[in-house]
Amino acid sequence: MNKALKSFVFYVALIAVWAIVARMKIWPPYIFPTPWGVGESLWAGFTDHSFWIAIAISMKRMLLGYGMSVVLGIFLGMVLAGNKFLEQTLGGLLVSLQSLPSICWLPIAVLWFGLTEKAILFVVVMGSLLSVTISMETGRKQLPRIYAMAGRNLGARGIRLFLHVTLPASLPYIVTGLKQGWAFAWRSLISGEMIFVSLGLGQQLMMGRDLNDMNLVIAVMILIIGLGYLVDGLIFKTIEKQLQIRWGLATAS
Amino acid sequence: MTPNRANTALQSVDHRGTARTTFHPHAGRDAAVISMPSHGVRTAKVSLRDICLSYATNNRGRLVALEKINLEVRSGEFLCIVGPSGCGKSTLLHLIAGLHGPTSGEIRIDGAPIEGPSTSRILIFQELGLFPWLTVAQNVEFGMHMKGVSRVERREKSREYLRLVHLYQFRDSYVHQLSGGMRQRVALARALATEPDVLLMDEPFAALDAQTRDLLHDELERIWSETGRTIIFVTHNVREAVRLGDRVVLMTFRPGQVKQEYEFDLSRPRRLEDVEVAGAAREILDDLREEINKSLEAEYGHE
Repeated sequence: MNKALKSFVFYVALIAVWAIVARMKIWPPYIFPTPWGVGESLWAGFTDHSFWIAIAISMKRMLLGYGMSVVLGIFLGMVLAGNKFLEQTLGGLLVSLQSLPSICWLPIAVLWFGLTEKAILFVVVMGSLLSVTISMETGRKQLPRIYAMAGRNLGARGIRLFLHVTLPASLPYIVTGLKQGWAFAWRSLISGEMIFVSLGLGQQLMMGRDLNDMNLVIAVMILIIGLGYLVDGLIFKTIEKQLQIRWGLATAS
Repeated sequence: MTPNRANTALQSVDHRGTARTTFHPHAGRDAAVISMPSHGVRTAKVSLRDICLSYATNNRGRLVALEKINLEVRSGEFLCIVGPSGCGKSTLLHLIAGLHGPTSGEIRIDGAPIEGPSTSRILIFQELGLFPWLTVAQNVEFGMHMKGVSRVERREKSREYLRLVHLYQFRDSYVHQLSGGMRQRVALARALATEPDVLLMDEPFAALDAQTRDLLHDELERIWSETGRTIIFVTHNVREAVRLGDRVVLMTFRPGQVKQEYEFDLSRPRRLEDVEVAGAAREILDDLREEINKSLEAEYGHE
């Protein structure tokens, strides 16, 4: 049995078990929802456009926040890798900050920016900035010196040396960090949206709770998982694969 | 092939100019007497004056890598530098490329002191440093891209140089898909495409099998005669040096100094198996052996 068939059978069985337990009516539907109820909720959410709007808003925040943290993280990582003093001081602080759940930045964000879009972006940036920075720093340090020397030798200087040599050369080293950064940003965004009511998928989830609508809660959770999987499994996996093939780290299959 | 070619001449010049020896004086024709690297020769393409390089070691004191190197390279000359490992011959190329500065001394190109790297002096690294994220053609175009040459012109030039090294059909391949000899040729095309006056080559063929190396010797000789570039070629293989060079410079083990210079008038094209090449190589090898012993002593003598 191939892999796709296996997982198909698994999910069908999972839903079947769920349906049977729900049918037994041990708990009321607002505690234990039915698969068809969740299905209806999904359908309703997409037909009345509320899910589309929530997805669009959440994705826009992700792209903005994640984009900012990638640019900032690459810059910070480069600075840290190039400066022994900063690496030992600021670098250590950044590693210890990584143990802080990103939602802990929300109070600061709200006090600084109020209940605005900026506050949400701040939480997203803080959620993913550290992993991008740290991976860029280690990637930059692992980078063989030969590439920069060859680049300088061929006339690349300053920002051009960075864009045409250092950045592409370190990409295989930092792609894992970029992926992790995306996952952290996604988690931060949803938690931020849940607490901080202003549209988006997190708010849809909280609306389900407020309305005692378990179907909606599960439907939105499925959406969040699905979107996360889509980006991680399709976009990042493809990029990683392409990099490996191009660099000769893996063969095309 | 006659074992003794009439125009064979091998001369050796003590670098300090105090002594001149002629090892193969049987040359019938008046073997061109080498002009001593006297200061201020007008035709000098590259001139090194009193180059010293030392750096701090992590335990004690300073390590003197290069000491008072004086060397002049004529325009269009093929100069080979040989020496035991650790004599600083690669470092010397890095200095000429402008990737590092010497501790003291001066490097001049056409009489003007160098300032950092320049595309008029391209170094082919021992480990090549080809960019794995670019295709073969993009690697060759890299230097021109940095110079701001237009896309159309770049494409045209890369085609020209890839044809020169017989790799045009591999223009869209990535580096890892090529064999060692092919990578070597990509590096050569990439260096030539920036149209440097001086080509610096750091043991480029050391990692190749004998057949591929022979082939690349022929190609390099052909390209050199077609393009008229000045080449400074570092190798630990004395035969290779005699096979390729107009002149061979022997360096001493740490601190690196110029021990001896040898100038030939062997006809081209040459082959590694030529009797003249072997004979000349033997003379150099005898002098080199002394330095190799010193380097071995430094490496194993303390145990």
